[in-house]
Amino acid sequence: MLTDPTVAPTSTAPSARVRLAAAWAQPWVRLAVLGAVVLALVAVYLFGQVPGSLSFALEYRSRTVAAMLVVSTAVGVSTVVFHTITQNRILTPSIMGFDAFYVLISTVIVFVSGSAAFLAFDQLTLWITQIVVMVAFSVLLFTWLFGGKRRSIHLMLLVGIVLGTFFRAFTEWMQRMLDPLDFQVLSDAMFASLTRPDETLLTLTAVLVVLACAALVPLRRTLDVLTLGEPAAVGLGVDHRRVVLVLFGSVSVMIAASTALVGPILFFGLIVANLAYSYAGSFRHVWTLPTAVLLGMVCLLGGQLVLERVLGYGGTLSTVIDFAGGLFFLYLVLRKGAR
Amino acid sequence: MIALENVTKRYGSSTVVDDVSIAFGAEGVTALIGPNGAGKSTLFGLVGRLLKPDAGRVSVDGQDVATAPSAALATTLAVLRQDNSVAARLTVHDLVEFGRFPHSRGRLTVADREHIERAIDYLDLQDYRNRFLDELSGGQRQRAFIAMVLAQDTKYVLLDEPLNNLDLRHMTEIMRLIRRMADELGKRIVIVLHDINVAATYADRIVAMRDGGVVADAPAREIMRPEVLGAVYDTPVDVREIDGKPVALYYG
Repeated sequence: MLTDPTVAPTSTAPSARVRLAAAWAQPWVRLAVLGAVVLALVAVYLFGQVPGSLSFALEYRSRTVAAMLVVSTAVGVSTVVFHTITQNRILTPSIMGFDAFYVLISTVIVFVSGSAAFLAFDQLTLWITQIVVMVAFSVLLFTWLFGGKRRSIHLMLLVGIVLGTFFRAFTEWMQRMLDPLDFQVLSDAMFASLTRPDETLLTLTAVLVVLACAALVPLRRTLDVLTLGEPAAVGLGVDHRRVVLVLFGSVSVMIAASTALVGPILFFGLIVANLAYSYAGSFRHVWTLPTAVLLGMVCLLGGQLVLERVLGYGGTLSTVIDFAGGLFFLYLVLRKGAR
Repeated sequence: MIALENVTKRYGSSTVVDDVSIAFGAEGVTALIGPNGAGKSTLFGLVGRLLKPDAGRVSVDGQDVATAPSAALATTLAVLRQDNSVAARLTVHDLVEFGRFPHSRGRLTVADREHIERAIDYLDLQDYRNRFLDELSGGQRQRAFIAMVLAQDTKYVLLDEPLNNLDLRHMTEIMRLIRRMADELGKRIVIVLHDINVAATYADRIVAMRDGGVVADAPAREIMRPEVLGAVYDTPVDVREIDGKPVALYYG
């Protein structure tokens, strides 16, 4: 024993620690701490290292922060909801071929009309086209494989994977036939980029994401029940097909809107959602959903700060996210193996 | 009563429930027995609206399962399925709370909390209420799921093989509990069982299925006869009387 017998056990120190532990067990305390971290990062990002005019920097940077908030909401919320629907925590909605579709649409435009026309293409038209096509694709897949008599989520996922692979192969085939210059313009455009969002598109995306989230609010408790799986949820009176239709629709809109805004960034949802499950301290969606969004902000803002201020890069954030995500995944795999 | 009228269910070309008409769910415990693949779980799926019949009509107390609102049915009929794996980390208390979802849509009232407490007490889970489900033994887990179904406070309770993977002690514990739920709380329990001796000991009535059809529906005592059991399972079964109770012998 290393305790000093001359010192009487103080009652304040352990009870403070106990109280702290009890507070930390509360989901709202954890969420509040996370919120404070996000606010601090936002402050550092907005006000730190201003090279010239503060108002110019603020305008430019706040738009990036807004884009990050929109993207982390869309990706975080849709991934958690997708996990709940599918009862599987290592999937992302990208398995349904959303991002593959996005790249395919852009590639077709470059392939048909060349990179000059692609760059001159009206951003708003492109954005709307991409959203409409992506949402239409997922709704079609859904009604075909889930709305009918078969009602199998797994069949739907499987067909989604097959179609996604087909789109990727088709895209690759077209890209190979492209002029090298066209190809370079295209691949540059396909890196997710958060730092130069178009203001109109950002506003429109934010509106869509807010609407999709609003559709989820009345379903938050039903989502909790869905974690028990379809049979149990049906037994507890959940109209599974209708609920999953609404959830899936909102996931599709969020993913389509945010992918059309910044490009494919879905891998990041997997990290954020899994971190949220262990951080939130509750399985309830009231806590896991906002936690996932805030963790997304920490990842994106933290990554951007490291990239810009520490490494001095002006490059894209997706490389940092992929690098950190890879490390996190190794950790998950190794930890699972050790148990 | 839970009534099936000329219900047929096919998977592809094989018919798993074949033109079944039966009414069950009288007071007390009804056991559903039969060999693997007889259609017992499918029958539960049809009643629990997880499956849609290809033909026929399923009703619970006159409400057609296909058209009645799911939430309303969930206050009359509770179903516990065989496979209850949960992806999220839930505590026993969280799970039992879900039983109140059909009544409160997740917004718990004082009455809901009372039901939850009563269910936890009834299944003797007070010491485990804050444990996570993956930290429980098989028997405790099964009790937690039964507590959820009990908190649902329904007239009918359907249990699909609740004794799977339980040892002797936990098996009898669960069966005694189910008997008490029927006798003290007036639940009408329908339970799928594999051990016919368990069915004969704890059930009032036995429904036997084979090849997608109901082959016998009678008080437990009348089913416990060599010719009936032999025909149901397609295996020679001897029935002896021990201390006034019929015991089926089918080993060796």
